[in-house]
Amino acid sequence: MNRLELQNIAVTYDERTILDVDHISFERGKMYGIVGPSGAGKSTLLRVINLLEKPRQGSMGFFGTQVELSSLTHASGLSIQRQMGYVAQKPSMFHASVFDNVALGLRYRKLDRSQIQALVHEALQYVELSHLANQRANTLSGGEAQRIALARALVYEPALLLLDEPTASLDPSNIKIFERVIQMINLKKKTTILMITHNLPQARRLADVCLFLFHGRIVEYSETDTFFSRPACHELQDFVSGRMIC
Amino acid sequence: MMFTPDVWEVIWLSLQVTTTSVLIGILIGIPAGAFLGLYSFSGKRLIVILIYTCMGLPPVLVGVVVYLLLSRYGPLGSLDLLFSAEAMIIAQVILVTPIITGLTMAAVQAKENAYWETAKSLGASPFQLMVTIIKEARGGIWSGIAAAYGRAISEVGAVMLVGGNIEHHTRVMTTAIILETRTGNFSGGLQMGFVLLSISFLFNSFMMVGMLNQMKARKR
Amino acid sequence: MKIRFSLIYPFFLALVLMLLSACSPQSSQPGSATPTPESTTPATASKEAKEIVLATTTSTQDSGLLDSLLPVFEQKTGIKVKVVAVGTGQAIKLGEDGNTDVLLVHARKSEDEFMEKGFGINAYDVMYNQFYIVGPSDDPAGLKQAKTAKEAMEKIAANKSSFVSRGDDSGTDKKEKSIWKEAGITPEGSWYLSSGQGMGETLQMADEKKAYTLTDEATFLSRKLGLQIVMQGDKSLLNPYGIIQVKSSSKQEEGMQLIQFFTGEEGQKLIGEFGQATYGKGLFVPDAKKR
Repeated sequence: MNRLELQNIAVTYDERTILDVDHISFERGKMYGIVGPSGAGKSTLLRVINLLEKPRQGSMGFFGTQVELSSLTHASGLSIQRQMGYVAQKPSMFHASVFDNVALGLRYRKLDRSQIQALVHEALQYVELSHLANQRANTLSGGEAQRIALARALVYEPALLLLDEPTASLDPSNIKIFERVIQMINLKKKTTILMITHNLPQARRLADVCLFLFHGRIVEYSETDTFFSRPACHELQDFVSGRMIC
Repeated sequence: MMFTPDVWEVIWLSLQVTTTSVLIGILIGIPAGAFLGLYSFSGKRLIVILIYTCMGLPPVLVGVVVYLLLSRYGPLGSLDLLFSAEAMIIAQVILVTPIITGLTMAAVQAKENAYWETAKSLGASPFQLMVTIIKEARGGIWSGIAAAYGRAISEVGAVMLVGGNIEHHTRVMTTAIILETRTGNFSGGLQMGFVLLSISFLFNSFMMVGMLNQMKARKR
Repeated sequence: MKIRFSLIYPFFLALVLMLLSACSPQSSQPGSATPTPESTTPATASKEAKEIVLATTTSTQDSGLLDSLLPVFEQKTGIKVKVVAVGTGQAIKLGEDGNTDVLLVHARKSEDEFMEKGFGINAYDVMYNQFYIVGPSDDPAGLKQAKTAKEAMEKIAANKSSFVSRGDDSGTDKKEKSIWKEAGITPEGSWYLSSGQGMGETLQMADEKKAYTLTDEATFLSRKLGLQIVMQGDKSLLNPYGIIQVKSSSKQEEGMQLIQFFTGEEGQKLIGEFGQATYGKGLFVPDAKKR
């Protein structure tokens, strides 16, 4: 009940295997770091979980709800989708105010005005951008936009937060705020977080558990300490030590 | 310029027929265009080709087809709609709906990649997703509506055929121009043409102001 | 409908004149033309310009009459005739503006005015055809019992039966209006529909609306519709055609040749024969004479 599980996931593009996961599970309330070379299938994994991409086969247990991914439609997956938040590497802001951007998910869920008002302000406070509420979102800087994207994804208090290299193009001060927010909601709201990152110290700093993807397969899955100090497979050893060029 | 009541009547009918047609075209074309812009399905390619073809439908052809449908001897003859304002609206809806659909589709497709996933991951239902993308694509959709309005109000072939240019019933600006010209009253025809042009200009100006405001807002 | 503007914009008039003069550079305004005697003075430049414009009503072209006459004329004389088929009102306007060389029209009153104003020379009667009042086969207003066209129109108005008028200031339209006037009726109300279109379209509309209308014989016979003749043969339903040379035309000689052909023996014979093969009777009765 209290976990996210994936079974027999297979994603192929033109006969080429992109993702091939037999079984994996994520505990509620934990933070997971996903690392691996480019093209290993990290983004595809998050997109499959977020129902943005349909695998050829596979099923998912979403904190107690079992779904067959290949036969899921937009409408039938909606109740699960609404329990997830997603932040991509490059945020796309709608041509509206910052407030309206953050409120969008709440409006989709048909909350009333006063609730929306309160939740949006709370979320903007988390990311320390309350003063920008009335500004147009497409005028924000990259760092601000990414923090607004985070506020937009956590404002409806999702059970699962999916982050795809969210800080890759941010400066250190924005990275700091971003990390602080996700740690805080991870603790306070017991939000499960899956974060892809190329920044190994970041994974080490934040994640409880790390997994290493290589050619579409999960080749290492362990507690963060073990993951970095005693990597079991040689691919991860090469990757962690920087010998793997990708 | 002093207008006789007859002239006002013609202008007013033109505006009524065109506005009604474009509104109906919007109700059909925007959702249809957004759907085509967002979703892929088998047979979509064919539908898209048909829509782009229909964007350039010859008005006279539409007129003939609607005429034959509504004729007393045609399949819908019992409705007694031929030579009425409703008949003109039917013909114009057929003309403007593909334009609005096609340009909405193009506008939505241009926005689709960036915003589709964001809206979906924020929990939009299929309908909410469509509304969100339509809002994002509003600039392109407005120009589609402007194009449709311009085509409808200046169109003459179809409304002449199915409306019949009947005085006090179905005489609109374009058919009045034809009549004035046919009877040798060139200056009357030209002045009516000037009125038509002015209305087109005013309408497009409002559209442009709206679009420019939006562009400004984006740059700020 | 007439569009009247209290002020006429000089700009638009200038534009109209520019447009018109651009259409036919050789033409000059009637006022400025040197008065020509009632004879044909051969113009020197006309030898190479073997092409003239004939403005005529749609009925002569739609019926196919011109198609059977003009090739004979062109072969005989080598003069090419460009036909502009429009309503009588516009045809006469084209003559007034000097945009045509010869007129072939059927609206005697307008023709006489045209001559009086000095726009034309050499006016001839060419032929006449008949008008019919046609209507739905059940004849709701009982027009078949009427003796004259005037009486027929009175019946239509009294019965408020639908009547489609051309309302385009054409010869046929003028004929219709003159009969209403003769009957002392001002036709108005929802039963009286003014189409502002050509004869063919107006007949079509009358058929669709189960209405009466006044039509020329040729157009009526060339259409296969559910309408039937309910009044014919009355004197006021005869429709004489006139051919007039435009005074300001620079092609007096060629224009006169065309007129001579239409009013001469060969042309008159062709006019009389026209339509016999298709309709079993001639559509036009030749009666050429100088006015």
